[in-house]
Amino acid sequence: MNKNPFNIINSDAPSVKGEAVTERDADKSLEITLRIKNLISSSDIFLFMKGVPEAPMCGFSANVIGILQQMNVPFKTFNILEDYDLRDAIKAYSNWPTYPQLYFRQKLIGGNDIVTELYESGELEELFKS
Amino acid sequence: MPFESVKSLIKENLPDAFIEVEDMTGTQDHLAITVYSDQFKGKMLIEQHQVLMDILKEKLKQEIHAVKLKTLTIEKAREKGLID
Repeated sequence: MNKNPFNIINSDAPSVKGEAVTERDADKSLEITLRIKNLISSSDIFLFMKGVPEAPMCGFSANVIGILQQMNVPFKTFNILEDYDLRDAIKAYSNWPTYPQLYFRQKLIGGNDIVTELYESGELEELFKS
Repeated sequence: MPFESVKSLIKENLPDAFIEVEDMTGTQDHLAITVYSDQFKGKMLIEQHQVLMDILKEKLKQEIHAVKLKTLTIEKAREKGLID
């Protein structure tokens, strides 16, 4: 759980293994990438978050959920605390080190800071209407 | 002084940048970084932040614990009266 308003680089990132990637590893990573793509394609507006909309497990996730509910737009979410493989893989997939992560039409829009800034400037509403 | 090295690192990568670094906690490892650069033109906000996160990647593994970013193009910063 992370309550301070910063982009934290997690120190628990997986260490680089000193062994060659086996075919099995490659299959697994492909499978995980497919899972990520399937998730973010499941709704125009998609949020990877800590916890669930009814009970966010982090202040930042709660804030983004609050914004989406305020805007009254349909969205889907995935609780990354429930899947450690996915939790690390999504960071690599998106080149973004923290959660929550908001996607629109499969494209990463941002975390709490960016989503808040875009919401306050009206750009988020414009984007969702596009 | 870590601020100066953060500034010069950003300047090396974005030569046209206006850069401000603020210590948010008094511990010099939680920084609020504001950058105006025309290298951000045509980029979404997330892409602008990714440019900076990439530049700061190594520092974030070591002396900097966390950053809060604010990015604008020079044009936008002028429009808002933030620079002359």
